[in-house]
Amino acid sequence: MKSSVTDLIDNTVDDPTRPQELILGGQDFTSITETVSDIVLERKTPKAWYIAFTFTAGLTGILFLMIGWLFIKGVGVWGLNNPVGWGWAIVNFVFWVGIGHAGTLISAILFLLRQKWRTSINRFAEAMTIFAVICAGIFPGIHVGRVWVVYWLFPIPNYHHMWPNFRSPLLWDVFAVGTYATVSLLFWYMGMVPDLATLRDRAKGRIQQMIYGFLALGWRGSHRHWHRYEKAYLLLAGLATPLVLSVHSVVSFDFATAQLPGWHTTIFPPYFVAGAVFSGFAMVGTILIPARQWFGLKHIITVHHLENMNKIILATGSMVGFAYATEFFMAWYGGNPNESFAFVNRAFGPYAWAYWIMVTCNVVTPQLFWFKKIRTNVGIMWVMYIFVNIGMWFERFVITVTSLSRDFLPSSWDYYQPTIVDILTFMGSFGLFFTLVLLFIRFLPMVAMAEVKTVMPIADAHSGERRSVGDYHGDIPRHVREVPDGGGK
Amino acid sequence: MSANTKQGALYGLLIEFESPSLLMAAVDKVREEGFKKWDVHTPFPVHGMDDAMGIRGTQLPFIVLASGMTGLGLATLMQWWMNAVDYKFVISGKPLFGLPANIPVMFELTVLFSAFAAFFGMWILNGLPKLYHPLFTNKRFRRATQDRFYIVIEAADPRFKLEETRNFLASLGGSAVEEVNESAED
Repeated sequence: MKSSVTDLIDNTVDDPTRPQELILGGQDFTSITETVSDIVLERKTPKAWYIAFTFTAGLTGILFLMIGWLFIKGVGVWGLNNPVGWGWAIVNFVFWVGIGHAGTLISAILFLLRQKWRTSINRFAEAMTIFAVICAGIFPGIHVGRVWVVYWLFPIPNYHHMWPNFRSPLLWDVFAVGTYATVSLLFWYMGMVPDLATLRDRAKGRIQQMIYGFLALGWRGSHRHWHRYEKAYLLLAGLATPLVLSVHSVVSFDFATAQLPGWHTTIFPPYFVAGAVFSGFAMVGTILIPARQWFGLKHIITVHHLENMNKIILATGSMVGFAYATEFFMAWYGGNPNESFAFVNRAFGPYAWAYWIMVTCNVVTPQLFWFKKIRTNVGIMWVMYIFVNIGMWFERFVITVTSLSRDFLPSSWDYYQPTIVDILTFMGSFGLFFTLVLLFIRFLPMVAMAEVKTVMPIADAHSGERRSVGDYHGDIPRHVREVPDGGGK
Repeated sequence: MSANTKQGALYGLLIEFESPSLLMAAVDKVREEGFKKWDVHTPFPVHGMDDAMGIRGTQLPFIVLASGMTGLGLATLMQWWMNAVDYKFVISGKPLFGLPANIPVMFELTVLFSAFAAFFGMWILNGLPKLYHPLFTNKRFRRATQDRFYIVIEAADPRFKLEETRNFLASLGGSAVEEVNESAED
């Protein structure tokens, strides 16, 4: 399964005269199909999977216990106090929504930009998007206080004859996150249908055949179908691109439209989006590196792919660092004493410890990716991803809590501390996330086989003429394209 | 080559190829021969196949556009009716209906409706889900979703004549030519 060739070939070196080898180890269509589908169909579930699953399912149980306790007792079980009415629930919500953004970036934006390397990791990243959005969705759902009227979030006719207030950014959030979750799910499932058909056709057991057959919707690889399928894929990518930028912009409006110093700033939408992509890529990397190791996918998800991800982390991390600096500059240059106090208080006030954790993890850490040695070292980059994950959680904590805890009126200042329920709920959400990830890698194709096949040199129908990576979408018109001998490769 | 005497009517003939370039050359010949009811089955979308088969553009983008506009219109109407007509509620002195505050929801519903149209429209135009198809009775055809490439000419095609078409397909240099029946043979 594991190719020793992979360790020898370095595909991180750019040779402009030759297209990059994205898939290593002399693979063909058959071996790609086998490598990916055997993980689901043939290989025995590893013991480690059961151990991990037991652990994460236990954490998920704790999550639901904590939610149950919250429902029984009310939001008083959290550490909220008078000025800090938004605590970890919002921090966690923004954290998880942000993580999802990497998946959409890989599946939609990199697709529109024709980044062929995306094909090895897009399925995984999209799955992660959906699971992260599920985790995110829990928090606004449970933090409303009176959960039995949570349906007031939606414009549903009710006996009070009330409608929600569409002039509130919190309601925009309901629509933004709801649309995002729906579109991500459709995009993910649609991309998976051809691969589910592959699993159906390779499955040996009757039950497997029936389940995958049902999910594959009768897909038979017809080119007349592929034709519309590719068009739909392109349209969904085009729709998901502005959507993903809108989601975290709308999330940032929750803060930016308030008048609280530290929140009331116009830099928030782009700054939140950059931070979301930054944190999302780190989370993709955090789970992708162990997965490619354990399931023998190093020749499909190569160091070249990881290096590209690290370059995006470097770019978005620098944007985040720049945004921190701009915020400080504007606080001083704007001349508003409340605003400048809020920022001095962030860096040197009671939450200075959180602020400097954030700066260390988000500003300093990604800058190490300027060095190619670090960018291509799998062990070091994994540690860096963990730092970024921590840093981005603290960013949301710093924004939410430091601004609230010391607002305009010093007499109402108070220090916020989470309770054990806060902490266990957050840990529980990780349990839910990883439980879903484990189920995904066990039962669904974790690499987009059909898409990977299109970027292999042998996929080019004209490979006799020129050896290049196949172009997945966007045909060259017939009158431009030379039809070669057609005799074969 | 299985006989079609025992079970059901003949659905068509399939020919298998081992690589996209072999397939592409054969597709050009099938199209030039003038067949109408035929299709190509591949594990992934082969680049340049639309032109080779002579497939015309799909109307899907127009469906998506119409649906997106519907979403935009509905979002505008909904927000106006709910906040400015049916349940008037002045909050922070904001106007009951002012475009800037209503744009985010308008945008989101435009995207949502467009995405539904792209997703469901594509499946409906493709005639899927369709869990049974005569091609699924062919064991060889299972590799159409894995690593082999097929051309299928339906018996319903006006130019289809079993022996002639079989000979024609055999001349294309594929690795196998087989008959496919409408229903499974046990």
